[in-house]
Amino acid sequence: MHNLLWNKIIKSHEFNLAAIIIILFIGLTVTTEGFLTLGNIFDMSESTAVLGIMACGLFVVLIAGGIDISFPATAAIAQYVSATYILSLGGNFFIAFLIAAAVGIVLGLINAVFVYKLKVPSIIITISTLNLYFGLLMYFSNGEWLYGFPDWFMNGVHLFPFIGTDGYDYSLSLPIITFLVVIVTTSIFMTKVRLGRQIYAVGGNADAASRIGINLFTINLLVYGYMGALAGIASIVQMQISQSVAPNSLMGFELTVLAAVVLGGVSMTGGKGSLFGVILGVALLAVLKNGLTLLSIPSYWHTVLTGSIIVFSISMTALNNKKQRLREA
Amino acid sequence: MNQLLDTLRLPKDASARYLLVLLFGSLAFMLVANGEVFYSLSNLQSIASQIPLLGIFAFAMAICMLTGGINLSIIATTNASALVMANIIVLAPESSTVLLLALVAGFVAALIIGLFNGMLIAYIGVSPILATLGSMTLINGFNILLSGGSVISGFPDGLLVLASGAVIGIPIPLLLLLVIGFILWLVLEHTVLGQTIFLLGSNEEATFYSGVNTKKSLMYVYAISSILCWVAALIMMAKFNSAKAGYGESYLLTAILASVLGGINPDGGFGRVIGIGLALIVLQVLESGMNLLGISSYLTMALWGGIIILFIALKRQKA
Repeated sequence: MHNLLWNKIIKSHEFNLAAIIIILFIGLTVTTEGFLTLGNIFDMSESTAVLGIMACGLFVVLIAGGIDISFPATAAIAQYVSATYILSLGGNFFIAFLIAAAVGIVLGLINAVFVYKLKVPSIIITISTLNLYFGLLMYFSNGEWLYGFPDWFMNGVHLFPFIGTDGYDYSLSLPIITFLVVIVTTSIFMTKVRLGRQIYAVGGNADAASRIGINLFTINLLVYGYMGALAGIASIVQMQISQSVAPNSLMGFELTVLAAVVLGGVSMTGGKGSLFGVILGVALLAVLKNGLTLLSIPSYWHTVLTGSIIVFSISMTALNNKKQRLREA
Repeated sequence: MNQLLDTLRLPKDASARYLLVLLFGSLAFMLVANGEVFYSLSNLQSIASQIPLLGIFAFAMAICMLTGGINLSIIATTNASALVMANIIVLAPESSTVLLLALVAGFVAALIIGLFNGMLIAYIGVSPILATLGSMTLINGFNILLSGGSVISGFPDGLLVLASGAVIGIPIPLLLLLVIGFILWLVLEHTVLGQTIFLLGSNEEATFYSGVNTKKSLMYVYAISSILCWVAALIMMAKFNSAKAGYGESYLLTAILASVLGGINPDGGFGRVIGIGLALIVLQVLESGMNLLGISSYLTMALWGGIIILFIALKRQKA
């Protein structure tokens, strides 16, 4: 019994990923000086928070058997609206997040309606809405940057400040806090809440899920709305990190986020994958990027290495699935 | 509405029908709005010179979509092929042997990428979106590595004529597009491979059990898609007189849109070359028209997104 469980763990995608990350961790700790310091770990989490938050949203959409390419445009619009509000009326972080999430949810629901009513692969719908949303944003904003936010926004939030071994100040900052809250919320939602479990059911077999009384339209609204909300929340984090808003700064991010989620072993056909895997996928990309920088490997190599790891990882997942299917057949 | 269209004897096929309505609508509108400039020779030539690149990308995308797949690596492949060729050409820009060698090398580079994609999808069993997303990232990395992130320029006239030249008044790129469109039509509708492609898109498993070597066919499909990227690379190099990692990235999503607008079923199995041709003309006429009216290119971008959704909705309603 014990052995069976152990076998299952060893064969899981998450175990392999974790093993790769641990090897990278050990390797980087030995070869570089600054890697395993609390300061560096905080830096890494902070710079990966936007990717991570969006990955949590895309994870939920993929589990339901859909895909969303439009979220960078959703995030950009949410960011722009929220930033405009802050610039003219002030406010606080709660309001900033609230506005961005609300805008994100509305745009997400529009996606959901199109995907459900038109019955076309969601990738086509969301590529269209990406063009639609982004085109409209650029048209109405004239591509103008926004900056000069109030002090409370520029300073951000710092809990438990400490001084790192390198002499710089570190703390639990807004990006890290938000990232953690999003992970916990998504995790509880997908494992403990009935609606979350229904998302898995729909992704596994939509017809069967529909026959046992799950409303597919509700699930669609839910997952695309959630993706939109997280895109909005991530956009505020990104805005706080970069201290400015450029309407096109998030463009092209969709494929990076997709890569991270897929690296985490989430199936493109829905129903399979865990949030833990996604977090490991995000972590792997973050550690890799950070490690390459610390090792002062020319940035030209970064994309090649990231690409190789993605290709390797998706191939291993596919081969494993193939073996499993053969065994079951 | 449909009755009216029936009396006009427009094609029954929903995609072609709505595209034609859209096309004639926008042509008539432009005649009223700014007819003199729009129907001038120079504007028509400019439309004709812009269609081919998008057209070849759309073909490269469509052939994969017909099998129920997708190829997200077309732009990366094109840039890779262009950079390989550019790196060889600048060694001796005036030598025609070197130019020939470069063409072959670019072709081989594209072919290798195509076979790599095909292998990932057919033999390893990775879903096409993921496989080509992965190879896109990987190739983009190599592209940056290959070029050091800088522009390579200065190509011989023998290559540049591909963009600037014309045969009996028809620009060479357009001629290339027509030839490729014709070949693709022949392959799709009059060869065994073509039938297999449609079958693969309808039901891959059934195709396999009916004795078709589906894996080999998929290899062919992704190889053809890549070879089309090589042609696109040639046109792009000639047009810009340079090659760089990251050129033309906006074409990726537009190519998907053009394919869908052209009536290619994203689930695979259905679609015709003629539909894509029509979609390309519509897209370019719209873009050029809006450009002439001084409408922001971003609004045009939004409009394309909106048109696709509207288009899908109209088709849905009819079905």
